Amino acid sequence: MVFQSSLKNCLQLSCILRTPKAGFRSSSGGLIIQSVSNDVYQNLAVEDWIHDHMNLENRQVLFLWRNSPAVVIGRHQNPWQECNLRLLRQKNIKLARRRSGGGTVYHDLGNINLTFFTTRKKYERMENLKLVVKALKALRPQLDVHVTDRYDILLDRQYKISGTAAKLGRTTAYHHCTLLCNADKFVLSSVLKSPYKGLKSNATPSVPASVKNLFEEDPSLTCEMLLDAIAEEYAIQHQIDHQITLINPADETVLPGINNKTKELQNWDWVYGKTPKFSVSTCFNIAYKDSVIDVKIDMDVKHGRIEGCNIDLPDQWLPLALCSELVKSLTGSKFCPNETTTLATTLLRVCPQDDDMHSRWNLLCENMIMLM
Amino acid sequence: FIAVASGILNELYILQSIILTLETFLPQVCIHRVRSCSSIRFIKSKYVCVFDKSALKFSHQQRLFRTSIFLSDIFNIKHFKLSDIGEGITEVTVKEWYIKEGDSVSQFDSICEVQSDKASVTITSRYDGIIRKLHYNLDEIAYVGKPLVDIEIDASKGVASEEDVVETPPMSHEEHTHQEIKGHKTLATPAVRRLAMENNIKLSEVVGTGKDNRILKEDILNYLAKQTGAILPPSPKGEIIPPLPKSETVPAAPKDKARKIPLPVSRPLVFSGKDKTEPITGFHKAMVKTMSAALKIPHFGYCDEIDLTQLVQLREDLKPLAQIRGVKLSFMPFFIKAASLGLLQYPILNASLDESCQNVTYKASHNIGVAMDTEQGLIVPNVKNVQVCSVFEIASELNRLQALGSAGQLGTNDLTGGTFTLSNIGTIGGTYTKPVILPPEVAIGALGKIQILPRFNGKGEVFKAQIMNVSWSADHRIIDGATMARFSNLWKSYLENPASMLIDLK
Repeated sequence: MVFQSSLKNCLQLSCILRTPKAGFRSSSGGLIIQSVSNDVYQNLAVEDWIHDHMNLENRQVLFLWRNSPAVVIGRHQNPWQECNLRLLRQKNIKLARRRSGGGTVYHDLGNINLTFFTTRKKYERMENLKLVVKALKALRPQLDVHVTDRYDILLDRQYKISGTAAKLGRTTAYHHCTLLCNADKFVLSSVLKSPYKGLKSNATPSVPASVKNLFEEDPSLTCEMLLDAIAEEYAIQHQIDHQITLINPADETVLPGINNKTKELQNWDWVYGKTPKFSVSTCFNIAYKDSVIDVKIDMDVKHGRIEGCNIDLPDQWLPLALCSELVKSLTGSKFCPNETTTLATTLLRVCPQDDDMHSRWNLLCENMIMLM
Repeated sequence: FIAVASGILNELYILQSIILTLETFLPQVCIHRVRSCSSIRFIKSKYVCVFDKSALKFSHQQRLFRTSIFLSDIFNIKHFKLSDIGEGITEVTVKEWYIKEGDSVSQFDSICEVQSDKASVTITSRYDGIIRKLHYNLDEIAYVGKPLVDIEIDASKGVASEEDVVETPPMSHEEHTHQEIKGHKTLATPAVRRLAMENNIKLSEVVGTGKDNRILKEDILNYLAKQTGAILPPSPKGEIIPPLPKSETVPAAPKDKARKIPLPVSRPLVFSGKDKTEPITGFHKAMVKTMSAALKIPHFGYCDEIDLTQLVQLREDLKPLAQIRGVKLSFMPFFIKAASLGLLQYPILNASLDESCQNVTYKASHNIGVAMDTEQGLIVPNVKNVQVCSVFEIASELNRLQALGSAGQLGTNDLTGGTFTLSNIGTIGGTYTKPVILPPEVAIGALGKIQILPRFNGKGEVFKAQIMNVSWSADHRIIDGATMARFSNLWKSYLENPASMLIDLK
């Protein structure tokens, strides 16, 4: 049975987190904490905070968390390559970039996240994943789950139920992984499919895999049961009390500086600006009145901003001066629909007022925005 | 050879990329010159002029002498090797450099980010010094145990030790340079220590929030923020107070109990913030373009105050009705509809002047723009064809535009084609303002906040009135003051007596 301590334990927590030897009843082997928040940025910030501020010499930490719908890309990935950003914006699904490497995952409340914090020397992913498998088997012995050498956990030898990533710093390291209990597979597959064509990039690509929920295998399973089982196994292996301390990722008194970390993770310059340099080269058709024209677009994007841009149009379809003004405006701006729309519509204010031309301009811009 | 080398070194200004090529180049050149002449100065000048690019390229090929160890001792260059990642990993991909050649780094600063099989590793510096060479480009494979970067240790400070710096408390102002705290280890980078010193702060008093309780720049700034405005206590013997500036007269209020007002800042803060220049892009660029074009329009202003007492009541009555239909009803739909009714009588305010100022185009549609303040900046979507919309339809459309605007998802159609604009700056604050016309339009209105003010009614009695100020700007090339005034009066009359809108509604 889980013995979940209330939030008043968090007052002690601030001592525990700072000085490892302060009065926590159980031995200094380990600590299990669970986030009360479902905000992906806040939870990622907790990981950062523990990584930067906790002394893990004598104690390891297990952090349990869940997020409301969000897509999380790896440190060096390209969001345009990995997911359908248009769909994310429409469905109000958040996009976050984590600090660890690896591929893109979809989180919702039917998915649990586990982070194993250790010192750099004690970093050992296989052991952690074996712990998870052991916990699952203890809970439901009939489950066919095993760890592959790519650090995935497979169900029935073919379906991926967990993906792994890790971050190593100077003295500390963490390994985190997901676990699919009851996530929305339909949304997952539609948001993780990128519609953007013509992208050329050196960013880490994700390896697509067939996924399955544990719930599909055994409908009696819930996220709480899984969290519980894993916490229990961790407690056994680290010889500590099976006690989960709740943590509030917005509490500055327990985690000083945490709100700054959360803001950093939400910042455009982190989420989009950290995308490695890439180029977009594509063409599309525009049907206007009785004709169809071909348009070719080439763009270089660095730090999420358009470094260079080229628009190839048939002569006279739009005033050349206006097009070169557009290219000039876009250079240096974010590769983002909002900014492009603003710039494109502003340019219309300062040019001759011709309804026909305005319609063509709007068509061109709408199509360009579809690339972002 | 040693004498020649160190003599040259003491006088030469060390250039970046020359360092490593010296390993190969120096032995050949110097030895040759030593044989040919005896004066050190002569060697120096010869040596300097040989430093052109062609010579450097040539020397890179030839490694006649294995002098790298010897020279790296003189120059204090450390080959910082990529340390063990764990799990038997031997190679990683370099994903991001945090520094470039020529940058100075401190111990524990991040150097780069490498990736290996789903693990992202931050490599931090072991030394204080200057980066002299990056051994890999982005996306190249780096090997564990092989040099990653070359760092030149600052020769004047000696080789940085890997242990924590030990500090003691300042004994006097003059001795600040020797900050030492007995037996207490305080971690801080040289930049942070300098900032503390400039502000006469004891590092032992600052709480460090960085890794391993390191003191960061933010910690110093927080400490300073707490200090300002504080009353200086009288200095007990033995404790040192930083000296006050000469303009200060009397310190210390606590002795004077009658005086309860805290003293203002007692000493000037030496703030080491730097100016930051960044290019103008995106929303700001759009504003620059729009406003520069607007500058060409000769603006004139006209302001008035509107008594909205009746409208406030009407809106209260209608809000629930709109709510049932799923629409949030603000004052804007009324302002917009009243403006459209006014434009029917004064169509010149809904016109556009061409570039050459030869022709005026009277626009048939009243596409009334509504200025919106979003996270990214100012955008002006417009409600199309207000002349055929009911107040409810306008409200509904405004809801849609506001939702899209705050999500950053407005389309080009929503943002183009506007003919007249209203800006409700009053939701943030203000009374009268001077709005700027958005080309190609010829007029704009800015609405201040609604205030409750005393006014006289027809009987000469004072009553509580809900007053809002409006500030119009118009293009004086085609619009005159009288037209603007009459339009404003008409608009005002519709709003002060909302029932009058009924007669003119189409």
